[in-house]
Amino acid sequence: MHTTHSDNPITKERRDRFLARQSVIEMRARERARAILDPGSFRELLGPFDRLESPWLPLQGIVPESDDGVIVARGLLAGKPAVIMAIEGAFQGGGMGEVSASKIAAALALARGDCERGKPILPVLLLETGGVRLQEANLGEAAVAEIHAEIVALRPLVPVIGVITGMIGCFGGMSIAAGLCSYLVMFRQARLELNGPEVIEQEAGIDELNASDKHLIWGLLGGEQRYETSFADALIEDDVTELRQVIQAQAARGVPARHRSEQVEEYRRRLASIDPADPPDSLALRRIWPKGEMP
Amino acid sequence: MNTITPLSNRGRTWFQALADNAQPVNTGLGSVLVADATWRGERVRLLAIVPDPQNRFPRARHGELGLDEGWAIAHHVREAIDADRSGARRPILAIVDVQSQAYGRLEALLGIHMSLAAAADAYATARMAGHPVVALIVGTALSGGLLAHGDQAHRLLALDDPKVVVHAMRKQSAARITRRTVAELDELGKTVIPMSYDVQQFAKLGLLHELITGIDADAPSTAQVAEVKERVAAAIADIRKHPGDLTSRLNNPEARVHRAASIEVRRRLAEQWNA
Repeated sequence: MHTTHSDNPITKERRDRFLARQSVIEMRARERARAILDPGSFRELLGPFDRLESPWLPLQGIVPESDDGVIVARGLLAGKPAVIMAIEGAFQGGGMGEVSASKIAAALALARGDCERGKPILPVLLLETGGVRLQEANLGEAAVAEIHAEIVALRPLVPVIGVITGMIGCFGGMSIAAGLCSYLVMFRQARLELNGPEVIEQEAGIDELNASDKHLIWGLLGGEQRYETSFADALIEDDVTELRQVIQAQAARGVPARHRSEQVEEYRRRLASIDPADPPDSLALRRIWPKGEMP
Repeated sequence: MNTITPLSNRGRTWFQALADNAQPVNTGLGSVLVADATWRGERVRLLAIVPDPQNRFPRARHGELGLDEGWAIAHHVREAIDADRSGARRPILAIVDVQSQAYGRLEALLGIHMSLAAAADAYATARMAGHPVVALIVGTALSGGLLAHGDQAHRLLALDDPKVVVHAMRKQSAARITRRTVAELDELGKTVIPMSYDVQQFAKLGLLHELITGIDADAPSTAQVAEVKERVAAAIADIRKHPGDLTSRLNNPEARVHRAASIEVRRRLAEQWNA
C-alpha cells in the first residue's frame, strides 16, 4: 500500500523488492487477467476465436479486433471464483464499443445471477479506457449505461472492485463506472477523470487546461492525487503480486455499508465548502478533503 | 474555444408545462428544477437541469451537468426514494435538455465523475426500488449529461425535433478526438447509424421507447403539452406492467436489427459462462 518515500530510506530489502517487481502496465489486457488469477485457472470467455467483432468499425475503414478490446476471464483468485473484465488500452484507446461494452455488461449480469443463486463470484474491472468509442457513439454509450446499471445491481451482493492501472487511465462514461465501484484501486501512473484533458482543452480553451502539461494533469487526475483526496481506496506500485494482494484485501472488506456514490450528503458538504472564485490547488485539496475520511 | 450558443429554454419550458403549477422544491440551485406534480391524483417527481448564468461554477452556466448539479439530482431522487419507502413509489421524470457535462480544471480537481456517478446511481436505485423512471428528451442530450440524467430510466422518450440531439460527444470535440473534420462526421452519420446526431436515426437503434412527433418543442400548445403528458403517463403505465431493468432496450424490433451484436454477446457469453 501507499508509503511516503521521505520516511523510507532505500534499504537492500526495498531494492530487492523493487527489482523483483513484475510490471502490470507493460502487460496487455489478456496477460493482466491471466496474471491476476491463480495459475492454471484462467478461462477466457468470448475469446478471439469466437470472432465477435465490432460491426461498425469496418464501415469506417478501421480494422476490427476479434475480441473487440475486452477480455472476460473466469478463474480463481486465492482459491475463490472471480471474473476479470479487462479493457485493452492498445486497441482504439480502450474505447468502449457496442461489443466490448456489452461483454462487460453481460459478464456483470451473469455474475449477479451466480451471486443470487448463492454462488459468490468476485467481479474485478480493469479500467483502461478513454470512454465511449466515438466511432460507435450512441451504441457505445447505451452499453456503458448498461454497465452502470449492472454495477449498481451487483454491488449489494458482492464488492465490485475497479482497478485503474495506466498508462491510459479511465475517462468518460467509464469514469462514472469507476465511481460506482465498491472499491477503487489506482496505480501511481493511472489517471481518473470524466473529461479527457484534450476534451477540456477543446471545450474550454487552453487557458483553462493545457492538455500537454503532464505535471499539471497528473496533479489533478493522477492516482496519488485521487487517493489522497479519497476518490480511490488504494494506491499501489506497478507490480502483479501487490495488485493480487490489494484486490484480495479490498474484497475482504466486504460490501460497504454505503458506497462512495451513495454518500451524497457528505460530498455535498465537501463541495459546499469550496469557493470557485478562490479555488484550492491540488495540494490544498489534499488538506481539506483528506483521504480516509470517506467512505 | 467554442462559441457559446444561445441558452436553451426548453428544459424550463417543459418543466413548467408538465409541473402544472406545482410548488417547486427548493434545491438551492438555479440550475436544478425539482417539483412534485400531481397527474390524475398521483404525485410525479420532475427533475430538470437548466441554464443558470449566475452558477457559482463558471463552466456550468449554460445548462451543463456540473459538480453541484449531479449531487443535487442524487439528493432529490434519493429524497423521493426515502419518502416513499413504505408507500406508493412515485414516478420520476427526468426532463432532458443537457449541454453535456461541465468541462473545466476545477471540475477535474473536484471529481466531477463522482457527481455524475451519484446521479446515475440515484436513478438506477429508484428504478430498482420500484419507482417508474422515465426520461423525456426535449433538447440536447449529450455525453455524460445523458448518462447521469436519463440513461438509467426504465424508458427513454424523445421529441421528434431537429434540435433534439442525442450523442456521446459534441461534434467539434468528437472530430478532434477521432482526427476527423465535422463534415466527415456528418457524412459518416448517414451510413453509420450510431454515429448520427439526428434523433430519427437514433430512434432506429431501439433505445427509445417512443419518438413523439408533431410537437413544437420550443413553444408547445396546451394540446401538445397534454399529448406529451399522455405519452409519459402511458410509459409509466407500461413500466408498471413490465418493470425490470434496461433490457427493454434490447427486446424490440429495432434493437434486433441495429443492436444485433449486443444481443449476440449476451447470448453467447451466457452459453460459455458455465461451460
